[in-house]
Amino acid sequence: MARPISSATASAGRISYDGLVLATGATDRVLPIPGWTLPGVFTLGGAQIALKAQGCAIGKRVVFAGSGPLLYLVAWQYMKAGVEVAAVLDAAPLAAKLNLLRALPLAPGIVLRGVRMAAELTLRGTRVVFGADRLSIEGEGRVARIVYRDGGREHAIACDGVGYGLNLRSETQAADLAGCAFRFDPRDRAHLPVRDASGRSSVAGVYLAGDGARIAGADAAEAAGERAALALLQDRGLSHDSSRAAVLERALVKIDRLRDVLEAAFPYPSQWAPEIADDTLLCRCEEITTGEALRAIRDFTLTEINRLKAVTRIGMGRCQGRMCGAAAAELLAAQTRRDIDAVGRLRAQAPIKPIPLAAGLSIDARQHDPAH
Amino acid sequence: MTRRIDCDVAIIGGGLVGSSAALALRGMGLSVTLLDKGFCGAQASGVNYGGVRRQGRPPEQLPLSQRAHAIWPQLARLIGIDGEFLRSGHLKLARSAADMASLERYAAEVAPFALDLELIGHNQLRERFGIAGGVIGGSFCPGDGHANPRLVATAFAGAARRAGAEVLENTKVTGVTRTFEGFALEAGDVAVKARTVINSAGAWADNFARAFGEPVPLERTYPSMVVTEPLDPFLGVNVGIEGGGIYARQVTRGNVVVGGERAAPLDDPDYSRPRSDGVLAIMQRASELFGPLRHAQAIRFWSGTEATMPDRNPVIGPSATTPGLIHAFGFSGAGFQIAPGVGEVLAELVRDGRTSTPIDAFAITRFPPASQPDDALSSR
Ligand SMILES: Cc1cc2nc3c(=O)[nH]c(=O)nc-3n(C[C@H](O)[C@H](O)[C@H](O)COP(=O)(O)OP(=O)(O)OC[C@H]3O[C@@H](n4cnc5c(N)ncnc54)[C@H](O)[C@@H]3O)c2cc1C
Repeated sequence: MARPISSATASAGRISYDGLVLATGATDRVLPIPGWTLPGVFTLGGAQIALKAQGCAIGKRVVFAGSGPLLYLVAWQYMKAGVEVAAVLDAAPLAAKLNLLRALPLAPGIVLRGVRMAAELTLRGTRVVFGADRLSIEGEGRVARIVYRDGGREHAIACDGVGYGLNLRSETQAADLAGCAFRFDPRDRAHLPVRDASGRSSVAGVYLAGDGARIAGADAAEAAGERAALALLQDRGLSHDSSRAAVLERALVKIDRLRDVLEAAFPYPSQWAPEIADDTLLCRCEEITTGEALRAIRDFTLTEINRLKAVTRIGMGRCQGRMCGAAAAELLAAQTRRDIDAVGRLRAQAPIKPIPLAAGLSIDARQHDPAH
Repeated sequence: MTRRIDCDVAIIGGGLVGSSAALALRGMGLSVTLLDKGFCGAQASGVNYGGVRRQGRPPEQLPLSQRAHAIWPQLARLIGIDGEFLRSGHLKLARSAADMASLERYAAEVAPFALDLELIGHNQLRERFGIAGGVIGGSFCPGDGHANPRLVATAFAGAARRAGAEVLENTKVTGVTRTFEGFALEAGDVAVKARTVINSAGAWADNFARAFGEPVPLERTYPSMVVTEPLDPFLGVNVGIEGGGIYARQVTRGNVVVGGERAAPLDDPDYSRPRSDGVLAIMQRASELFGPLRHAQAIRFWSGTEATMPDRNPVIGPSATTPGLIHAFGFSGAGFQIAPGVGEVLAELVRDGRTSTPIDAFAITRFPPASQPDDALSSR
């Protein structure tokens, strides 16, 4: 059984547990490009939430840029909602898309739907560019255009909203704080909490499911969540359906094979990190530029991501590195000419989200054990 | 393949103590190897609260503390950065008449050391420092201040490296033996021979002392820290409270760092993590004491591993059992400010066998020695 630990919330409540399923999800992965913090620039996920949850678009004439299946999905959803989608700028070359042929037998429905979305976008006048490079977003005080290169030639597209993202990254802080072991995952270019096929983590009583453990999408998350719940029931000696567990595990293996292919079709543009301009903001909470980070890496001969954080404040701000951590790791790896796994993993620190200091006012200080 | 290094001085531990000693020794022209099991300045020296204060130290520490006090404003020249050192003053608050009386007694006791302490009443506290909340007075030390611990020790190690010291990170010393000419150190695939060894291994230093027959009652403590998002400036001084409980400072960028309470060690006691009730208590006290903090957000908690001695004084000076071995550890929650002074003192001890700064109170001989040297070190 997991050691009961407790967590503090804004009202300083405390919930004890002896079984914990972490299904912490994912956020967009971004790499800084010039102008990425201009008003009017959203992550792909943010653009989708604006549309789906609030019924509003990020602009009247928008461009979606980056990599990942979400790029086309969000663009298509915007088009369907009646927004002018000026362009989809895909960082991956057209050749990468040939991998979709390999995905066809694995998940014909998904692949065909994706191809149809791209086709519908093109028919409605959206410019779809493959291998878009050297993106930069320009404008006075807000987005006015996006500039990119395509085979060496520079193009500019006028727009008032940009959705940008390079696939997703897992939210792993809770697993880290719960003491789970981590391992580098080359597909996600990230250190991820270790789990077995059932979702059991390295810590007894702690289970991992969904994108928070590894990016695999909604269908996988649903199956993994159910599978983890069965494992929890089993570990507590309660009745559970083991044949159902086997079905779920087989489904997860299949989705995993599909993800390998999708990752090859929508690759992360690892060649971008060494090209980030010095004056581009890297950590927006602490307002640290790429140039400042590079200087610190040189001046302090840094090789490890937590040391980069310590001397520059990158990842120390309100977002605690959720926005900039992956980008800082890419930059450090590129600058020190090593693989991304060699720079280490940003250690999680509580609180996972900022909490008001006044939260402490609701507790009774006399309850504490001062001896500790 | 083992790398062999021959040098005058090997330093175990690249915290602020070891790193500043390395730089001072390079200044004297001695060859130096600085070894750290992790990264220099990543332990206590890099994660502490950042208080650079003399006020509140026992009088026997003040000569050393004054020596360090002269170094802090020189950091830019010495290590290439100012370490965000601010001579803001340190204000120690009293919550009760008894606490105020104790501040008054302290001021009288340390009068010979020219700390320029100024005792301040409640109204003045409000007018000059904007502090209200249940305090009746305080003692102000204008020359004290605060700095950024994340930068200072790392920069000392960097400066030592640039000055020619061999700085080996991720290199854990697993064995030290006294040889005919000096010492032999084992550290993974590095073998170091040195005439002199400095044991500045922080919360791990007791292992090395014990190995040379000098067990010490070192205990690990884990202070808890909280930092807020950046706020408009409201706190110009480094604030502490008589009797402990909370301390706070605001950095130039606006974040307020608040400390107090103790964190809990993890399964691996080299590491620790703040306890939720501890940080909530700190947050409560901070938001009671400082109005602007009531609506602020805490963005990060952390803690560090500190070596604490029962009498709250460090161990600094030559080993009593082993010629050529010098100890410097056990700073008991207050080593950040004095460490640059300790580095200079250690360098003098190496070169001259003595130092111009009184350190007798810190002799390791104040703890009873073991009857037998212990060779348990290599198994640890
Ligand atoms: C949270 C916290 C808050 C504090 N606040 C303040 C403050 O406000 N003001 C103040 O003056 N002091 C403060 N202190 C105390 C101060 O930080 C320490 O006293 C001081 O940094 C000690 O320095 P050091 O070099 O002895 O130790 P450390 O910085 O811990 O360095 C020891 C080094 O030895 C290395 N080491 C250990 N074993 C081995 C081995 N076998 N081989 C190689 N290397 C090894 C470690 O990796 C470490 O880097 C605080 C401490 C903590 C933890």
